[in-house]
This record gives sequence, structure tokens and C-alpha cells, in this order.
Amino acid sequence: MKLTLKIWRQNGPEDKGGVVTYPIEGVSEDMSFLEMLDVLNEGLTAKGEEPVAFDSDCREGICGMCGVMINGEAHGPERTTTCQLHMRSFRDGDEIVIEPWRADAFPVIKDLCVDRGSLDRIIQSGGYISANTGSAPDAHATPVPKDDADRAFMAAECIGCGACVAACPNASGMLFMGAKITHLGEFPQGQPERDARVLSMTGQHDEEGFGGCTNLGECSRACPKGIPLNVISQMNGDLLRAQRHRA
Amino acid sequence: MATSTISAGKRPRTGSILLKTVMAVTGVIFVGFILAHMYGNLMIFAGKDSFNEYAHHLREFGTPMLPEKGFLWIMRITLLVSLVLHAASAFLLWSRAGRARTVRYVQRKGEWATFVKRSMRWGGVALLVFVVFHLLHFTTLTINIGGTYDNPADRLVASFGEWWAVLIYLFAIACLGMHLLHGIWSAGMTLGLNTSLDMAERLRLVAILVAVVVVVGFALPPVAIFLGLIP
Repeated sequence: MKLTLKIWRQNGPEDKGGVVTYPIEGVSEDMSFLEMLDVLNEGLTAKGEEPVAFDSDCREGICGMCGVMINGEAHGPERTTTCQLHMRSFRDGDEIVIEPWRADAFPVIKDLCVDRGSLDRIIQSGGYISANTGSAPDAHATPVPKDDADRAFMAAECIGCGACVAACPNASGMLFMGAKITHLGEFPQGQPERDARVLSMTGQHDEEGFGGCTNLGECSRACPKGIPLNVISQMNGDLLRAQRHRA
Repeated sequence: MATSTISAGKRPRTGSILLKTVMAVTGVIFVGFILAHMYGNLMIFAGKDSFNEYAHHLREFGTPMLPEKGFLWIMRITLLVSLVLHAASAFLLWSRAGRARTVRYVQRKGEWATFVKRSMRWGGVALLVFVVFHLLHFTTLTINIGGTYDNPADRLVASFGEWWAVLIYLFAIACLGMHLLHGIWSAGMTLGLNTSLDMAERLRLVAILVAVVVVVGFALPPVAIFLGLIP
């Protein structure tokens, strides 16, 4: 395959950045999107140019490290992560625009790499269940109804890649946060801290400079794990309940 | 259970979900008002006398428990407070959303979401302008279209004899329909009603149903008057 890549190049957080066009040849349609970028970078390095910086880790769609905007869609045209997107999803001669996630809560580090520390700080503010250290409790010590466990597992599929924020017209982090709150809130172990969790996390979310949710659903459509929009409604309901309890 | 390690967290500004809740609650008040308003408008099909009687009755509603126009003023104040809260929250969230992404994408898909977003924000602004025009037209009688009359029904019929007045109202009704279509869904989301895929479908259905009923119900009188169907 022969492609024309239009890639956002930015030399650091303070650099203004801009789009640079790279023609690329000899791309196999069995390559993953990141392998295609590896090929591009090999060529750039051989020519003595600076390779394009992008994030990746597991390359099997489970770590949430990779993720770029491809032709205006988070993770590109398929419902999957960028690493699991293959070049067969494109046609020979295509022009592909590649940009980093855009949100002021995700400052660009370099080229396609963004700092998603804001998502970590939301988790640190309450996205966990406090547990005593010591021996592991018996697996059947606290029974969990099957439906609750299923919903928790569905929400727990979130890998924190940030595609929801990138796809949101308001750069809101509510699908991510809703997934975590739904995940922990479905378990008996998550109940004692349920109110404190939603109050603290939603406060941190706003503090990080994410926008508000307008319930358009772009986040859920972009999510490689298919997290449904109802986790946001769950979070909103939990917040209302927490405020009632506090009042 | 271990001792909780979640601290109260910092919340220096009004949370965006709180602002959305304010919008949802005031929005539900507006939906109730709009349905009642639509019912009143449709009185014109029962004849000019029925319409005038209905309009007059609104002033005496609740008397002698309430003073004359007492009910009307309770409604007006409730709606005005709701409008201020709804619009102020909307503008605040709009500006925060703008600051959440100051560098735009070079290329962007999601045309439908962008259209809905604009129809809510700019359509909302259009509705705000329309409400002012509408009040000047039928409440304060500052704007007279098609002559001056001393009763509501004649005023209504004369106004919608003008094609441009019909167009202004139909445009506003279209904006209202779009606003309700997403607004009712959004209010349900914010109030925590969408808890499953089934509930999401039901919410969508309610939003579509109310939006269609409101658009048809409001569009009928001006169109019928313009076509000369009201004697």
C-alpha cells in the first residue's frame, strides 16, 4: 500500500506544532497501525530525521497506552484501540491525518504523546476501595449478585486510554469517571465509600479542567471497549444521592 | 472494612454536574409549561370565544383563594427564575467546554453530535431571543402585527395572516423541537434515569414523542390561521 500521512509534529509542550506530510510506501495491509508508524520511523531515522513520538505498550488492546486521532476519529475507523487497528481498514492511496488527543487536561508532551496524568489524579481522588493489608479474604466471603458482577465487569473493561475525552466535543472525562464509579459502586465492598468517592472524583474532574457532559454519546461510540453511556447517568444519580445524604 | 482513605477532595467551583442538574430540573419545569401552553393554543380550534374565555380564565384561575392574576404571576415568576438559572448554567458550561479544548483538531468526524451540540447552544440562544419577541408580541402588546385588537383571539388571527410572522413562529417551533429532542434525553441522563440499555431506549422514545407532539401542537394554530381555516 501507498499512503500519504499527515502527522501532527510538535517538538515539546511549548512548541506551537503543525502538520507535516509524509508519503509512505510498502505498507502491508496485515500491519497494525502502529507497525505502519514503526516503518515510517525507521525510514525517518535512516534519513537522520527525528522519528514521530507516539505512545504504545502492550500492543494487544488491553493496556490503554496507545491512542491517536486518525482522520478525526479516536482510535480510527474501527471500534478498537490504535494498536489493534490494521491497515486493511484503509485503502491504497488514502490520505491519513494523525493527531494527538486534544484536551487542555491532556497537554501534548511531544508529537502524538499526551500527558494523561489528569485521569490518574481522578483515580487517586477516590477511584478505589480502601482495603486492609493482610491475607486475601475468602472468595465467597462477600457474595455478589451475578447481574451486579456483570455490570461491574462491563464498566471495569475501561482501559483509561482517553478516547472518550478525545472524542467528546466538550473534552469531558465523564465516561471514564462514570465507568470507574459504576464499576466500584456495583460491589458490596464499594458501598461504604460510595458517596465520598463520587463527590471527590467529580470535584477532581472539574479541577483538572475537563468540560461538562452534554450527553451526545460521542465518547461511548469512540470507546474501544464499548462502555455504554448509562455509566454517566449512574454517576449523576450517585452524585445526587451523595448530596442528599450529606445535606 | 478498612478505614476510608478518601478525603473530601477539593471543590472550589460549582461542579459541572450540579449545573447540569439545575438545567435538568428547570428544563422539566419548562416542558410542563410548554405542554400546558400548547393545550391553551389549541383552544382556538374550538372557536374564538373559547380561546378568549380560556385566556380570561387564566387571570382568574385560583380566585378567590388567590388574588386576580395571582396564579399568572406565580407562573411568571417561576418561569423567569427558571429561565435565568437555565440560561446562566448553560452559558457557564458552554464557556467551560470552550476552555477544556483550546487547541482544535485539524480534522474532526462526528457531524451529527456537532449538529446537535450547536442546535442546543445556538438554538437555545435563538429561543431566548424568540421568548423576548413573543412576550413583546402577545403579552406586553408592544409589537402589533396586522393591526390592534382588544381581544386575544382577534390579535392571534390577525398576526398569523402575515406570512413572515408565521415563518418566525415556525422557525422558533423547530428550534424548540430540536431543543426538546436532546434536552429531555439529557435531563433524564443528568437526573440518573438512564441506568440500563432498556431505560436508554425508553428515554429516547419519551424525548421523541414529546418533541413531535409539541412541534405539531404548536405549529397547527399558526398554519391553520394562515390557510384561513379559522373563521
